[in-house]
Amino acid sequence: MRIELQKRARVSTLFSIVSPILALALTLVFGGIMFWLLGKSPLGALHSFFIEPLLEVWSLHELAIKAAPLILIGVGLAVCYRSNNWNIGAEGQFTIGAITGSILPVLNPDWHSPLILPLMLVMGMLGGALYAGIPALLKTRFNTNEILTSLMLVYIAQLFLDWLVRGPWRDPQGYNFPQTKSFQIEAVLPEILASGRAHWAFIFAIVAAIALWFMMRFMLKGFEVSVLGQSERAGRFAGFSARKMVWFSMLLSGALAGLAGISEVSGSIGHVQPSISPGYGFTAIIVAFLGRLNPLGIIASGLVLALTYLGGEAAQLSIGISDKVSRVFQGLLLFFVLSCDTLIHYRIRLHFGRTRPAEVAG
Amino acid sequence: MTLSAGPTSVPLLSVRGLTKLFGSFAACNGVDLDIAPGEIHALLGENGAGKSTLVKMLFGVLQPSAGDILWEGRSVAINSPGEARQLGIGMVFQHFSLFEALTVAENIALSLDPKISLAKISDEAAALSKAYGLPLDPNAHVADLSVGERQRIEIVRALLQNPKLIILDEPTSVLTPQEADRLFETLFKLRSEGRSVLYISHRLEEVQRICDRATVLRHGKVTGACDPKQETPGSLARMMVGSEVAQVHRDGSAALGDVGLEVRNLSVPARTPFAMSLKNISMTVRAGEVLAVAGVAGNGQSELFDALSGEFPVTDDAAIRIRGKAVGRLGINGRRLLGAGFVPEERHGHAAVSAMSLSDNLLLARSRSDKRAFLSGGAASIIRYDAIRSAARRICEKMDVRKSGDDPLAGSLSGGNLQKFIVGRELDRQPTVLIVNQPTWGVDAGAASRIRQALIDLAKAGSAVVVISQDLDEIFEVATNIAVISEGRLSAAEPAGSLTLERIGLLMGGIHESHPVPEAAHAH
Amino acid sequence: MFEAILLTVITASTPLVIAALGELVTERAGVLNLGVEGMMIMGAVCAFATAQLTGSPYLGILGGILGGGLFSLLFGFLTLTLVANQVATGLALTILGLGLSGQIGESFVGQSGIKLQPIAIPFLSQLPLVGRVLFAQDLTFYLSIALVIGISWFLFKSRAGLKVRAIGDNHGSAHALGIHVIRTRYLAVLFGGACAGLAGAQLSLVYTPQWVENMSAGRGWIALALVVFASWRPWRVLAGGYLFGAVTIGQLHAQAFGLGVPSQLLSALPYAATIVVLIIISHNRRTTLINTPASLGKPFVPER
Repeated sequence: MRIELQKRARVSTLFSIVSPILALALTLVFGGIMFWLLGKSPLGALHSFFIEPLLEVWSLHELAIKAAPLILIGVGLAVCYRSNNWNIGAEGQFTIGAITGSILPVLNPDWHSPLILPLMLVMGMLGGALYAGIPALLKTRFNTNEILTSLMLVYIAQLFLDWLVRGPWRDPQGYNFPQTKSFQIEAVLPEILASGRAHWAFIFAIVAAIALWFMMRFMLKGFEVSVLGQSERAGRFAGFSARKMVWFSMLLSGALAGLAGISEVSGSIGHVQPSISPGYGFTAIIVAFLGRLNPLGIIASGLVLALTYLGGEAAQLSIGISDKVSRVFQGLLLFFVLSCDTLIHYRIRLHFGRTRPAEVAG
Repeated sequence: MTLSAGPTSVPLLSVRGLTKLFGSFAACNGVDLDIAPGEIHALLGENGAGKSTLVKMLFGVLQPSAGDILWEGRSVAINSPGEARQLGIGMVFQHFSLFEALTVAENIALSLDPKISLAKISDEAAALSKAYGLPLDPNAHVADLSVGERQRIEIVRALLQNPKLIILDEPTSVLTPQEADRLFETLFKLRSEGRSVLYISHRLEEVQRICDRATVLRHGKVTGACDPKQETPGSLARMMVGSEVAQVHRDGSAALGDVGLEVRNLSVPARTPFAMSLKNISMTVRAGEVLAVAGVAGNGQSELFDALSGEFPVTDDAAIRIRGKAVGRLGINGRRLLGAGFVPEERHGHAAVSAMSLSDNLLLARSRSDKRAFLSGGAASIIRYDAIRSAARRICEKMDVRKSGDDPLAGSLSGGNLQKFIVGRELDRQPTVLIVNQPTWGVDAGAASRIRQALIDLAKAGSAVVVISQDLDEIFEVATNIAVISEGRLSAAEPAGSLTLERIGLLMGGIHESHPVPEAAHAH
Repeated sequence: MFEAILLTVITASTPLVIAALGELVTERAGVLNLGVEGMMIMGAVCAFATAQLTGSPYLGILGGILGGGLFSLLFGFLTLTLVANQVATGLALTILGLGLSGQIGESFVGQSGIKLQPIAIPFLSQLPLVGRVLFAQDLTFYLSIALVIGISWFLFKSRAGLKVRAIGDNHGSAHALGIHVIRTRYLAVLFGGACAGLAGAQLSLVYTPQWVENMSAGRGWIALALVVFASWRPWRVLAGGYLFGAVTIGQLHAQAFGLGVPSQLLSALPYAATIVVLIIISHNRRTTLINTPASLGKPFVPER
């Protein structure tokens, strides 16, 4: 059997919508097979993985908590990827944002002012943006590949955080646990509703997504992003600067990752510790692609990916499978998303032996 | 020794009813063709007539949808270039299939029997290139060679396989007239050895001069088979184009106005290892004038365009002036605001983004110069899609852009229609200075004459126009003055009426009065 | 002491060299596979599991090679057959590899592994100074050296290697000449995956003979940087690999000495060194442009 691609005359609108859904369905099928191989009932396992977390109010709150950083980081990355800049170090920018945002409460635990929270958020964004500025600087100044540098900076950021909370920032009354003092109440991001833990980060995420959707859809800046992403040369002809776009997209995605970082520390954890993220920065890459790099789509895909985290935890408790299954689900999902996206631009024909091509998807 | 191609002898190659469908579009439709041994056979046709598709099928790159290929009377299926080579078919591609990072010998080795050592290939190639007057250094890297030298590699590569039929796809489009003459001599030598040549071209004069027979294609169908020497250029053109193409006309010479564009001693170092540096270029273009810059591809045309457009500003601000204002360090949008317009050579990915709609591509070139009309909301720069769409519609109407749907993707238009849109996008602003690079490259005859007419009309209306082109026919059609670019140097402009083809050819080859021994001629 | 340090440097450098060599061949064919980290970790877990289940570290090595190779075919199918974006697919491969290896390796966590024993080459290993260091190593070291020699010969002397370079330079022309672009690229991707798998096997059978989740710790990414550093030349990969190995071991020894420098700072050194090296190598645009395979990362759809 041979597979042949035929370029479509125009992008298929139908498959633009169907492709993510098809990818989700395929992931579920393969997930089911995986559970079956692990000796679990596929349907039961999928149920406890993907349905149970949606049945209770408290876990819906957890869903919002986990979706918030994914959406915040994801929309930033989407703009980045649309402009053909490959920031994959959002995890590092998240970490640095959490650190810089925490400077105030950690160093001034007795400062009780309503100013502290906004300042923390701003500093978190600045920290994330500056950290993403390093690969931007290296790319514009030295032509260095941003994929590799931004990724290396993740490891460095994590080691820096580790050093901070085991060294200078460690709470002296913390029984030698590697963590800071708990933040004062003014430094904690408030909850949205009385019914649960979900905090303001989710609102930030929705606002950021809508704002960036508006920018990409209606503003010249968004047009500039798409043009430069598709052809640097055409962008230059339009008078747009690819160099400035590197800075814009990297700083924007870094700032949003930083905001996600400080929001997570301030809203969900309440202090700084060596591990503050279950890989949000990397999962957000999947979120961005599953959302087809469209900020509104990313709200939906962020919720889906948040569900895989929750489902992992739930499945671990209820049917005793490891929470590593969530990582597998996430990886599979990204694979299927990328495969199904082929259908948007190409018709796929299958050749069986020497017979005439059979069209399977038009 | 010339083998006579009498009607009784078996043709070397016969094609019967050959058809190639891309989706529902028939690029070739029931094509019949016979090539006798020892003849130079022309395949004539406009861009897009199906010539390239036909030869790709003959060389096994594409598979026919229907029809037969007969080789020396036997029906054959040519499934790959390797099989074509085994039959005895050699191919010289229009867009060379060469590898810039590899040496000449390595390039040749790739299409030969893997058992032959590289050293042996080098020796044979050297011997063969000498025998046919095609000098080549086997150890040179292709990236360092001129276009003419690259074509020699392709020819030597084809000859090393001792083919019975050599296919050449538009071989002279990249050569100077002198280089072309040398190529013709090689072809005559091949014919005298009893080999056949399938010569693909759209240049009538050439075909009449060197070909024994001709097959003419239009819209994928054969519209004529003849002896070109018995035809007139007019009758050949009718077979090729169908109806008469509208003649470009220019009545008298318009009165020249103020200086629109002035370039003084512009020198630009090469930006990349593969680019040409510009050396001391000067030119003056007045309102009402069309200055054509002739030259063989790769002699600094795109670098000149980059400098004039401001896509890559130059260090000397005073080297370029638009309407008297020094703009060397100004970017492209700054120059547009002074009334300049630009049409780059490459349509896809430079002048236009293929995956974007026509209206988006209109905004691409005019987001700054037409800020008031196309944007609103002040600093937020909200795009006014309705205004842009109606402007795009206006341009399409004016330039007769044929398209499907109201606002299709740029990539879905044919080359000619997209180019009409790209040119129309600039004309719509009535630019006082217009700089175009290869305005009708790969464009059908109808669109080409429309574009050329528009350029002449623009100059007549009082704009200064620079046309950078490799197409000498086009240059003589539109130019009031002609300058020639060679190795990054520009000759002084001379009135079009006083320049002969021969003299342009010499200038293209780098022969100026001041440089009696041109670098480009060393290799010969 | 010096000999001991040298031995550890070799052990730390070998996986980098092997993985980078594999990626070098893949990239020479014009395919950018950013999934080295994922293929490496899959190789590590497959090797460890195979060795534990069969008791043979050599079968383990084979398992690692197979694991990495098969995993790379997933990338090949997406990018070569379905023409998916190579950057995104490479990332996907890494994410999936890290997850899948954690899942597969879960039951092996904490088990003590089987170490691949050194093979002393008779006579040569008795040589003074270099004997123990160079000729009493395990199989993976010998393989790494053989790969450097073999790949340079293959790429620059053999006709098949010429085809690989031709495809990397201009896949359109290669196709027009009748070279099988997609087929060759599949093989190049597979070779890259097998090498990454072998490198992973070295991690879990030689470097630290046990299974720890995420034990590749960014080495796949460093291998990618090494290819750029080496400007796509096999011998320079060897040199670069040893430079990184030396930095890694150097910081470990510095930590052991307790120089009063935070251990985290020292641990960050290899990553920082990667960035510095990338800056040095990329800032000359001219050399980068000449050396980079021209069709690297570009999608190819043959017309038919």
